[in-house]
Amino acid sequence: MANKQPLIRIRKKEDRSFLEKILIKVIFIILALVISALFINSVTKLNPLSVYSSMFKGAFSTPRRIWITVRDTCLLLSIAVGLTPAFRMKFWNTGAEGQMLIGGLMSAAMMIYLGDKIPSALLLVLMFVFSAIAGAVWGFLPAFFKAKYNTNETLFTLMMNYVGIQIVEFFVDVWDKKQSHSVGIINGTSHAGWFPSIFGQQYILNVLIVVLLTAAVFIYLRYTKHGYEVAVTGESESTARYSGINVPKVIIRTMLLSGALCGLAGFTEVAGISHTISVETSGGRGFTAIIVAWLAKLNPLVMVIYSFLIVFLNKGAVQIASDFNLNEYASNIIAGILLFCILASEFYTGYEIVFRHKEEQ
Amino acid sequence: MDNNCAIQLKNITKSFGAVKANDNVSFDVRKHEILALLGENGSGKTTVMNMLAGIYYPDEGEIFVDGKQVSIKDPKDAFDLGIGMIHQHYKLIDVFTALENIVLGLDPKENNDLVTARNRVNDICSRYGFEIDLDMKVYDMNVSQKQTLEIIKVLYRGADILILDEPTAVLTPQETEKLFNILRNMRNDGKSVVIITHKLNEVLEISDRVTILRKGQYIGTVNTSETNEKELTEMMVGEKITLDINRDFIEEKHKRLEVKNLTVINSENKKVVDNVTFDLYSGEILGIAGISGSGQKELLEAIMGLQKCEEGSSVVYYSTAHGVHELVGLSTREIISFGLHLAFVPEDRLGMGLVGNMGMTDNVMLKRYRKGAGPFLHHAQPLRMATKIREELEVDTPSLDYPVRRLSGGNVQKVLVGREINNKPTVLMTAYAVRGLDINTSYAIYNLLNEQKKRGVAVVYVGEDLDVLLALSDRILVLCNGKVNGLLDGRSANKEEVGLLMTNLKGGE
Repeated sequence: MANKQPLIRIRKKEDRSFLEKILIKVIFIILALVISALFINSVTKLNPLSVYSSMFKGAFSTPRRIWITVRDTCLLLSIAVGLTPAFRMKFWNTGAEGQMLIGGLMSAAMMIYLGDKIPSALLLVLMFVFSAIAGAVWGFLPAFFKAKYNTNETLFTLMMNYVGIQIVEFFVDVWDKKQSHSVGIINGTSHAGWFPSIFGQQYILNVLIVVLLTAAVFIYLRYTKHGYEVAVTGESESTARYSGINVPKVIIRTMLLSGALCGLAGFTEVAGISHTISVETSGGRGFTAIIVAWLAKLNPLVMVIYSFLIVFLNKGAVQIASDFNLNEYASNIIAGILLFCILASEFYTGYEIVFRHKEEQ
Repeated sequence: MDNNCAIQLKNITKSFGAVKANDNVSFDVRKHEILALLGENGSGKTTVMNMLAGIYYPDEGEIFVDGKQVSIKDPKDAFDLGIGMIHQHYKLIDVFTALENIVLGLDPKENNDLVTARNRVNDICSRYGFEIDLDMKVYDMNVSQKQTLEIIKVLYRGADILILDEPTAVLTPQETEKLFNILRNMRNDGKSVVIITHKLNEVLEISDRVTILRKGQYIGTVNTSETNEKELTEMMVGEKITLDINRDFIEEKHKRLEVKNLTVINSENKKVVDNVTFDLYSGEILGIAGISGSGQKELLEAIMGLQKCEEGSSVVYYSTAHGVHELVGLSTREIISFGLHLAFVPEDRLGMGLVGNMGMTDNVMLKRYRKGAGPFLHHAQPLRMATKIREELEVDTPSLDYPVRRLSGGNVQKVLVGREINNKPTVLMTAYAVRGLDINTSYAIYNLLNEQKKRGVAVVYVGEDLDVLLALSDRILVLCNGKVNGLLDGRSANKEEVGLLMTNLKGGE
C-alpha cells in the first residue's frame, strides 16, 4: 500500500531565469555538435571539424552566398510571421503552402498579363495588393467554416494546399509555351514586375518588405486592441465571449491577415527571387515555417534567429554534400540532429527531471 | 459476518492533498436492496464509490466483497468481483452500435461473437425490461438511451453490484420512472444497486435504505420506510453553524433588475432555466441556493447576454445613470459598451473570468480594453487599477505581469473580484465566489461583498454552503431544476427549510 515514488519523475519548472534558459540552449547545441561529430566520424571517417567549417562555408564563403542566405532567411521568416497571428489564436493554420502558392500565382499572372502594359512600379504595388488579397481568400474559407460550423481548421487548411497546388498546375500548363511543363522566367528581358536592384543589390527590397512586415506583426499582436482580442480568444473562447469579444469576427479577421501575409510571401518569392511560378514555389517552406514559429514561441523577433538557423543548416548540408561527395541525406541527418537537440532543450526549460533520492518529503 | 452483505466498507479514508474526501467511512451494501447514497456536493459520495470501481485506491481501510477482504486496484479487479459502475459521463464509442459497444474489449472466443452476444443481450433486456435498438449507433442516441446502454454493458459483464452516479440528473421524469422500474427488477433478481443522489424525493421513492455522508464523513444509515424528508435533510445538511459574518440592513432600496419569465434551453434540449422571475434591489445581497446544476450558472450568464434566452424572457435593468434597459437580446459587448455597470464573477475563474497566461494588468483590461482612441491599447489606466487592486486586496504576486494562472486560488479570485468591483458596478453577480478558498480569503471576499452592498450595489451571491448563504444574504432565492422553488428572508430562514426547497420541487409546478 505504501506509495513508492517512481525512480525518475518529471516535474514542471516554470520559473527558470533567462540566464538558465540560455545556458540550457548552449549545452544542447554543444551536445548536438558532439553527437553529429560522432555520427560523421563513424559513418564517413572524416574529421568533424572540417565538416563543420564546410557547413559554415556553404552559407558565408562569398558575398553572394551571404546574400542568398539572407534572402532565404527572409522568405522563411515572412511565412513564419504570417502564421503567427493565427497560431496566437490557437487556429492551427497548416495552409501556408497553399496561401503562398496562390499569392505567388496572382503575382505571376499579373506579371504575364500586365507586364508590358503599366509602369513596373505601379505593377509591383498592384501585385503586392492582389497577392495579399489572394492569400487572404485562401485564409478566409477555413476561417469562415470554423467560425460558423466549427470545422477542424487543421484539416481544412491542409486540404486547401492541394487545391492551391492543382490550380497552380493548371495555370502552368496554360502559360507553358514550350510544352516543357514549366512557365520559365517571366518577363526575362523587360524585368517588368521584378524587384528592382537598390544600391546595386538585388535583394534589398526582399529584406525591407520582410523586416517591415515582421515589425508590424510584432506591434499588431502586442500593442493593439486587435492583438489583445486575438490573445484572449486563443486563451479561452469563454473568456472572450465574457469580455464581449465577437469570436467569429476575430477568427475570420485574423485568418484574413494570416492568409494575406502568407500570400505576400508568395509575392516576394515570385517577384523578388525566382521570377517564375511552379508548384515548387513554396517548396515545403509553409511547413518548415511552422517549426520556426513554434521554436520561437510565436515571438516574431525570435523567429529571425530560428529562420536563419534553419536556412544555415540547409545551406550547410548542401555544401557538405558537394565538398565531401556525400549524399545530401547524410548532411540532412546532421541538420536533423541539431534541430532535435534544440527541441529537446525546450523541454528542459519548462520541466526538470527529479530522481527519487532527491525527494526530501 | 452477516452473509447478507454484498459489500462492507470499513474505516475507509481517502485524501487528495490536504483535503480529506473520505474520513473513516464504514457502511454495508446488502444483497437484494437498493441503497441510496445521499449527501451534498463535495460530501464524498462519488469518491467512496470510485474506490469500489477501482478508479481510486483507498489510503486506509478495508473492503469486503461477499465477506472476503479484497483489494481493488483497477476497474478490471472491480469487474472480476462483479462490481459495475455507471459514471456521470458515459464511456461509449460514438461511431459504434449499441451491440458493438457492449462487447468492446471482451475476448470474442468466450462466447462474445456478435451473434451469441445479441442473444445474451436480448435475454438481459427481456429479464429486466430494457428497451434498446442494438443496431443503433451511439451518436444517434439520446442521453437516456446511452444510459440504458451503459447499464446493459455492465450487466453483460456479469455485474451483481451496480453503482449509478446521479443517474437521474439528465433524465426526464418519464425516463426516470422507466429507469426506476428497471432498478426494482434488478433488486428483485437479487442484485445490489447503489444509487448516488441528492434528490430526496427519489431517495424516498426508490431506495430500501439510505446512507448519508456529509463533508467526507459517514453520518448514518436509515431504513427508507422509517424516515422522512425532514430527518434526511437534517442529516444531510447538519447542525447550523454560526458564522461571524456581518449583515447590515440598508434602508434605502431601489430596484435594479427585474427578471421575468427567463427561460434558457441548453444544447441537450433541456430547460436549464425555467420561467424564472425575481427582482433585485440595491443595498441587498440576494443569495441563490440550489444543488449544483440547478440553473444558477445559466441564469447569471443569461443576464450577462452569454446565453440565448427563449421567447418571452425579459431582464429589465434600472440604471442610475443610463435609464432603463431591456437586456435580453443585447450582446455582452453591448451590455459592456453601454456603460451598464453589471459586474459578473463567473464560476470558472481562469476559464471565463480571466486570461490565465496574462498578468494582472492585462486582465484588469479585459472588459475595458476598447476604451481610448485609436487602434492601440492604452495601458496607463489599467496599470493604475492593477496597482490599486494589488495593494487594497493584498494580492500576492511577484509582479503585475506575472501570469495569473500561476497565482494561488485565493489570489486569482482577488484579481477577478477586484477587477469587477473596480468598474464601480451597480449590480454585482458572483457564482461560487469562495469555492476552494481558505477561511481567511473567504472572509475577505464576504467583507468585500458587504462593502459593495453598503455602497448601494445590488449583489447576487450564488453559493453552495448553506451556513454562509444564511449568514450573508438578505433574501434567499432557491432554485430547483431550473425553477424558482422559494424566496425566503435570509434573517428568518432556517437550514432545513432551504435544504428541502433545494431538493424537492413544490408539487403542481
